Amino acid sequence: MVTTLAICRRELRAYFTTPLAYVFIVIFVAMNGATAFFFGGLFDRGQADMTSLFSMLPWLYLFLIPAVAMRLWAEERKSGTLELLMTLPVSTTSAVFGKFLAAWVFSGIALSLTFPVWITVNWLGNPDNGIILASYIGGLLMAGSYLAIGGFVSALTRNQVIAFVVGAAVIFLFMMSSLDLILAAFRGWAPIFLVEVIQSLSFLVHYDSIVRGVIDLRDLVFYFSIMGVFLFANVVVVDQKRGA
Amino acid sequence: MSDLLRVIGLTKKFGDFTAVDGIDFSVARGEVLGFLGPNGAGKTTAMRMVTGFLPPTGGTAIVDGFDVRIHPIEVKRKVGYLPEGAPLYDDMTPSEFLTFVANVRNIDGADRDRAIDSAAGQINIQHVMHQPIGTLSKGYKRRVGIAQAILHNPDVLILDEPTDGLDPNQKHEVRNLINEMASDKVIVISTHILEEVDVVCSRAIVIANGTVVADGKPLELEARSSFHNAVSVRVSGATDSLADKLRALPMVGKVETSKIGDGKVSLTVFPSRPVNILEPVSECLRELSVTVEQIHVERGRMDEVFRNITTTTKS
Repeated sequence: MVTTLAICRRELRAYFTTPLAYVFIVIFVAMNGATAFFFGGLFDRGQADMTSLFSMLPWLYLFLIPAVAMRLWAEERKSGTLELLMTLPVSTTSAVFGKFLAAWVFSGIALSLTFPVWITVNWLGNPDNGIILASYIGGLLMAGSYLAIGGFVSALTRNQVIAFVVGAAVIFLFMMSSLDLILAAFRGWAPIFLVEVIQSLSFLVHYDSIVRGVIDLRDLVFYFSIMGVFLFANVVVVDQKRGA
Repeated sequence: MSDLLRVIGLTKKFGDFTAVDGIDFSVARGEVLGFLGPNGAGKTTAMRMVTGFLPPTGGTAIVDGFDVRIHPIEVKRKVGYLPEGAPLYDDMTPSEFLTFVANVRNIDGADRDRAIDSAAGQINIQHVMHQPIGTLSKGYKRRVGIAQAILHNPDVLILDEPTDGLDPNQKHEVRNLINEMASDKVIVISTHILEEVDVVCSRAIVIANGTVVADGKPLELEARSSFHNAVSVRVSGATDSLADKLRALPMVGKVETSKIGDGKVSLTVFPSRPVNILEPVSECLRELSVTVEQIHVERGRMDEVFRNITTTTKS
């Protein structure tokens, strides 16, 4: 626990000592604003809510979250500091968890900086703040599961660009798994239940219900299972790939 | 059993390639073990296994009773390790970095400040504590790496090429530091700088192609040299027959001569048996009344021994 926190603090500091954190936050907040107002039509809809922001969030996350996750392990392996880290009295599990936690806290900070939009809608009207809170939780859970995937992919390579591209691709497949694009590939031969399982793996389906204000236990289980599975895979990969 | 560090049949295979092939050795408290070998001999791989970074294919290392395969965390707590090339987090300052290492090692509060001050002081990095590590010179980076390794005053200190990239003064400092710490620890240093072995090591292990090919005190290793007990002389005004006269002496094997100009000649007289031949050689020179400018008995040449034992095993 102590080591997990120490690693988490170091990682979080690493984000903020490089320009990455500031570039990320500025672009994330600006793009959130832009997509909410222009594509989402925040004003034109004539409703005091944040749906326009949260409906675009999964797409922003699709390429911004892999950018946060790509350095987690690839950088350590490339610079050789992995050897330093893994010869300190740190279990692989607490290293994986500490790093993940730092990236998650960082994305949480970025997400919380969209608060001016929340102030705006509250000033203009009477939004259902319960739904908005649920949406923030949904966004956070989505960021967490994207990060778990991105961190796992980052552990597979020492090249951050590969980690970014592959991470984004894997996340995209998970997002799309409820759409015909993916399902059609399985419908022809796979049994119905498998198609349904694949369909249920979609981030979008689970996200949509949370953003509507319904925090269903099944959706929570889904997100935490994704995180659990990929963090576990991350531990396995770090142990396997050591020194290779 | 009192040995703090025991390495038993340690083996590492990467696919078909055997990097480390069943090495055994033990090190007791107070010993400074020099780990020698040509590049690619398996030194770094062996150290990585002992420190719990690489899982061994066979065998194990035991640190103060803890088997690295079963209790890796306990072993890592007891060991201070400087990995090859001293990898560090470039975006941190030494102060932040050492604080992080102290936190991970569960040293906190006043103990942490004391540990950091002491390590920084011992290795002389106090005045760069607040500069990003990435901007430091190679010598400082290496020293920050060493500071990290000695931060928790470990029982076992493993340093992979600690003086690589340091200037002669810094090398001298690091060697002094190692000597100071040696009495109550096990220190293992890998190096290919042979003079270092004489200066800091109480024992040396030579490995080649993944196996231990020599294990002994530096003096014992030097004694394996053909130069051991040879007498080197520099004389002026010598006649050509000098070498023949020396060769005719009892217990003298061969004599090598080389002219160095100004009528001066340098000779190396090798004994035929491992005995000191200074006496007969100097007597002979006196009888021939040549002017001796320099004369000394060779201890043996480490580089020659190193070359012999690491190349003969290759075939």
